[in-house]
Amino acid sequence: MDLVSNLALGFSTAGSVENLFFCLIGVLLGTLIGVLPGIGATATIAMLLPITFQLEPVSSLIMLAGIYYGAQYGGSTTAILINMPGESSSAVTAIDGYQMARKGRAGAALSIAALGSFFAGSVSTFLVAIFAIPLTGIALKFGAAEYFSLMIVGLVSSVALAHGSIVKALAMVALGLLLGLVGTDIYTGTPRFTLGIREYADGLNFVAVAVGVFGIAEILRNLEGEKTRTLLMAKVSGLWPTKDDFRRMFAPVLRGTAIGSALGILPGGGAILAAFASYTVEKRISKTPEEFGHGAIAGVAGPESANNAGAQTSFIPLLTLGIPANPVMALMVGAMIIQGIVPGPNVASEQPALFWGIIASMWIGNLMLVVLNLPLIGLWVKLLTIPYYVLFPIIMAFCSIGVYSVNSNVYDLYAVAFFGIAGYLLVKLRCEPAPLLLGFVLGPLLEENLRRAMILSRGDPTTFVTRPISAILLAIAAIVLVVVFLPSIKAKREEVFQEED
Amino acid sequence: MKSLTFDTTNAICGAVFVALGGFFVYECLNLELGTALRMGPGYFPLVLASVLVLLGAIILVQSTRVEGEPMGPIALRGMLFILPAPVFFGLTVRGLGFVPSLFFTALIAAFASQRMKPLMALALAAGITVFSVAVFSYALGLPFERFGPWVRF
Repeated sequence: MDLVSNLALGFSTAGSVENLFFCLIGVLLGTLIGVLPGIGATATIAMLLPITFQLEPVSSLIMLAGIYYGAQYGGSTTAILINMPGESSSAVTAIDGYQMARKGRAGAALSIAALGSFFAGSVSTFLVAIFAIPLTGIALKFGAAEYFSLMIVGLVSSVALAHGSIVKALAMVALGLLLGLVGTDIYTGTPRFTLGIREYADGLNFVAVAVGVFGIAEILRNLEGEKTRTLLMAKVSGLWPTKDDFRRMFAPVLRGTAIGSALGILPGGGAILAAFASYTVEKRISKTPEEFGHGAIAGVAGPESANNAGAQTSFIPLLTLGIPANPVMALMVGAMIIQGIVPGPNVASEQPALFWGIIASMWIGNLMLVVLNLPLIGLWVKLLTIPYYVLFPIIMAFCSIGVYSVNSNVYDLYAVAFFGIAGYLLVKLRCEPAPLLLGFVLGPLLEENLRRAMILSRGDPTTFVTRPISAILLAIAAIVLVVVFLPSIKAKREEVFQEED
Repeated sequence: MKSLTFDTTNAICGAVFVALGGFFVYECLNLELGTALRMGPGYFPLVLASVLVLLGAIILVQSTRVEGEPMGPIALRGMLFILPAPVFFGLTVRGLGFVPSLFFTALIAAFASQRMKPLMALALAAGITVFSVAVFSYALGLPFERFGPWVRF
């Protein structure tokens, strides 16, 4: 049985003392920063990315993945305890979780969230393992035209799921793609858009752009209106849910897992969308919809399972196709490239230990989160009392070290400052940074595949629509674009994102 | 006559995109365009930059139709202290060396918040420096010079 031997390989890789250690560090760091409101998973990973570059590729990716789902988890802890979602994907959890906490059921809410997440994480990790190989098989048949079309789908979906104006999101994608092209042209060696600065000939450093646009911009946004954080902390007691709770969380967890797994695979999808979809479904099919908003168990169990499942399955397009489904995955692509791994269908066959190691580590990481975090909740809560202004200098120091350590190029540090202010101004202009980052990562790949496809087809642009897979992908992209511009969907979309804020 | 209302944020946003797109278009003019069969280095960027200008223009036009919410406060103090921190680190890390450079970087960033007190900032910067030197320089063994040529006697 292939799956079994593959998983065994994965577990032996992920189970080495070293990798277990980095997985642990990853989930702890992720939870730590997920707990702190105001800094999201993307910013966290962007800032911690450089630290992992000193490690082996496997350990580094395991740690990054750990940070990702650790941050999801930490986000839901604060959502429940102080009604402040540390992550946008746990914004839904805050609705009913905080109400449960106010009724003195904080412990139960936390356990339900943790257990639901763990269950969903286990199932979706298994799904990743099952689907990885057949999808890789399909991906190996992809030519340049198919890759180009697939990336178009990814970019269009990221536009559809961005906050605010669609036109702005499209403009951000275009800008991101252009920024991605800065550097030496691969075919002719001509420097492009480097402004004559030799240090940018290799392109803008991905870490610098990510840290600037996500990390620094987010810090600046937090500095806008400094408010004292008021802690209306509910006391955590009675961690274990009652039998009745178990009975009531069972079905929502199953549904949440299914919804999350499905939505996570879609390019551009992932945890946030999954959580919202699950909450909507639970509310609609509940026999007691009036309970929602007042501490419904289903309103915690469903979305929490869904966001975790979505977080895991969003690794599928990354691992099989090398196409990032969301900004966090874009960061993973960046990390892989810096580690010298070309993301794509070849990873599974060329680096089976890495590929299966990451998958196995997801399950191990989820287990660690449940085992460690429930007893550690007291500690996380204490962290919330750290004043924010103490964090800025720490973050800035680590960012500077991190970015510099990637290439020892001081121009990368100037790029951080530049993209920090650029990112902040774009946020002030109500432009979402996620499509920009996705564009930045995909820019060079998109151009390369476009040029290659055109050469292969002898300059005939119809190659994109005459090759069946490519045509289907482009049709999907077109449908998504048309759908988001439909007035009724547009209104609905604004409504959803309104709730999220 | 109806007065023209503007959504200032969107108007600026559109103008910024048009300007950025314009910059990239201008830069592309110096690059070889090539043909659709053999695209030169300027072909794909020129298409993208033109799209960006177009989208910027659409945003600009749309901004005259609706009035949006104002932009909100801008973190001037934050920008004044956060942004120079990495730049300072970049300028001095080779000259001053890792230890002093990092200390001042943290110190600069510390003043981004108006609630930071000088003594607290000094203590914090010192703490960050000690921790980072222990972790990055000794434990992870990053090849940083701890004290650079400017401070060696």
